[in-house]
Amino acid sequence: MSSIPADQPPARRAHPAGDDGAGGGSGGIGRRRVFNPLNVLLVLGLTAAAFLYPYYNEALQAIPLIGDFVPGVGAMVVMLVFTMMAVGLNIVVGYAGLLDLGYVAFYAAGAYMAAWFASQQFEQWRFHFGAVGISPELPGIHLSIWIVLILAGIFTTVVGILIGLPTLRLRGDYLAIVTLGFGEIIPQFVRNGDNIFGFDLTHGTFGISPIDSPGFGALGGGLLPESYQTSFERQSWFFWTALVLLLITIFCSVQLRDSRLGRAWIAIREDETAAAAMGIPLMRTKTWSYAIGAFFGGVAGAFYASFKSGAFPADFYFNISIFLLCMVILGGMGSVWGVIVGGMVLGYLNVEGLSTIGTKLNEAFFDPVFGKQIEVAKYQFGIYGAISVRMMLFRPVGLIPERRRRRELEEGVHDESLYDASSH
Amino acid sequence: MAANGDILTARSVRKEFGGLVAVNDVDFAIPTGSIVSLIGPNGAGKTTFFNMLTGVYKPTAGRILFGATDVTGKPPHAITELGIGRTFQNIRLFEHMTALENVLVGMHSRLSGGIFRSILRTPGLRREEREARDRARELLRYSGLRGRDDELARNLPYGDQRRLEVARALATEPKLVLLDEPTAGMNPQETAAFTDFVSRLRTEQGLSILMIEHDMKVVMGISDRVTVLDYGEKIAEGSPAEVQADERVIEAYLGRGAAA
Repeated sequence: MSSIPADQPPARRAHPAGDDGAGGGSGGIGRRRVFNPLNVLLVLGLTAAAFLYPYYNEALQAIPLIGDFVPGVGAMVVMLVFTMMAVGLNIVVGYAGLLDLGYVAFYAAGAYMAAWFASQQFEQWRFHFGAVGISPELPGIHLSIWIVLILAGIFTTVVGILIGLPTLRLRGDYLAIVTLGFGEIIPQFVRNGDNIFGFDLTHGTFGISPIDSPGFGALGGGLLPESYQTSFERQSWFFWTALVLLLITIFCSVQLRDSRLGRAWIAIREDETAAAAMGIPLMRTKTWSYAIGAFFGGVAGAFYASFKSGAFPADFYFNISIFLLCMVILGGMGSVWGVIVGGMVLGYLNVEGLSTIGTKLNEAFFDPVFGKQIEVAKYQFGIYGAISVRMMLFRPVGLIPERRRRRELEEGVHDESLYDASSH
Repeated sequence: MAANGDILTARSVRKEFGGLVAVNDVDFAIPTGSIVSLIGPNGAGKTTFFNMLTGVYKPTAGRILFGATDVTGKPPHAITELGIGRTFQNIRLFEHMTALENVLVGMHSRLSGGIFRSILRTPGLRREEREARDRARELLRYSGLRGRDDELARNLPYGDQRRLEVARALATEPKLVLLDEPTAGMNPQETAAFTDFVSRLRTEQGLSILMIEHDMKVVMGISDRVTVLDYGEKIAEGSPAEVQADERVIEAYLGRGAAA
């Protein structure tokens, strides 16, 4: 073996790859980012294609056979919102390795922020600021949805910190159970929050509706719609807004991953004790991942509430947390691009894919052969469960694995210990 | 603090696990700029003692001072930030991170990039990251890992993993480095090279060093002072020669009667 002070005999090691920055395999800020022109073109092309979707959506749907499977613009909005939440959850689960089974709590908190600050819920007050598409005489608090989105993000971040501080001391299974608890508490609170010492905060099981629509009012200058609700291209505008929100989420997520904080998260995921010994404050760093994940969940929740024009307690079941987690697992924990794919695929199946497939199956097979129909959508959680189990068995790293985990698969074998080698 | 004072002082430090007294009222000091070894049979409480110094365990009683600062019961990250770096007995690298990333994680408390600056990639943050990377490469080279920057930690050969642990500990910019059995599993040449490296850490980097070590050649070769623990108690302390001749030490290692 070579000696330790290798810098004394400068050329002893046979590794020509540079000390001077030539080798740039690892992700990060300081390294010269290798902008593969093909990749850049691909990303730009995909983004452009995504933005133009409302224009060719109908043309796609007109294609025989596959046209029926093409999601409409409205379905796309839901898929984008769920993907946004999955990318947010990925910061918690994928980066920092904290199993969060209560992410739906943030979604709910965001939705109710929109319900409080952009509806007639508090009719005892009348306060308008930047609200569009409604009469200025309308009672209740009506802030511009754009402000509400930011407020929702801040509020859920605070909720995230409050939930995180006591719970993130726990590890692994224990954390999962406690987050599960919080995921259950918040919908229950919402359901019963119609009489808090006589004050109607959440309108109980009825939910709060209608919620104001986004829009640009006079600021739009004729180019942008005054209010999405009254626009002829309502669905398209919601779609474009959802897409912008998703892109912002992706951008933040990628930037954070390659930063000091991102490295700290991954270090914690790999070995908490060693991470702490490296000067990483565990609680603070974990809480940040939780809070940032919460932020995007909150914004997505508020936007979705505005899109649906309502916030209902029945929307915030535990199922949603698991569903989002499935998206992360299917795509590849920690991999932003994977999670996007996972989110879009499962989102599609959930919104209309399963029922479309069911209809087609019935038409082509069950009806003529058995004279009976089945409702595929009813089996949705069975189907997602089967997908998750399959993934865990055959491709645990996900559809598009994180670089780190892929490397692990590709080259992580030659130093494997004897124990591992013999146990297979 | 005086230049030749003690960089670390432990006063009657005690650790109990249930009824078991793992470390029993140990007084201990590391003079600034010295290399001190902590030896003793397996289960003597060496690693427990280490873990108290680095904040992994909270002492049941007693005080630990780093310089003049009381660090008793402080969390590990705060102690690292004050200037104590460490390695682990069974290597605990971030296996799926590259060597460079491992060292960058070590710099965590010396960098300032927060959430907003990281998202916006401000010029100041870019500069900080660039400098951090340069420093990390420098540290890897210094620790004998030239050209290994982009290899995954888990794919490095054993000896290099040990070196990477040291490089990562150096990245925390410590004043005192704690090495937990750093030469365990090394062959004689590797051990000799590593011993040389440790003494260079003191002369070139001006570090104080505390190590747990089983290899007596290493211990006797570079230590200024040796402390011996047995059943959680300090049974001897002094220069390598003094300790080697101590009857209780021989007894602890070889059994009663061996010293006679």
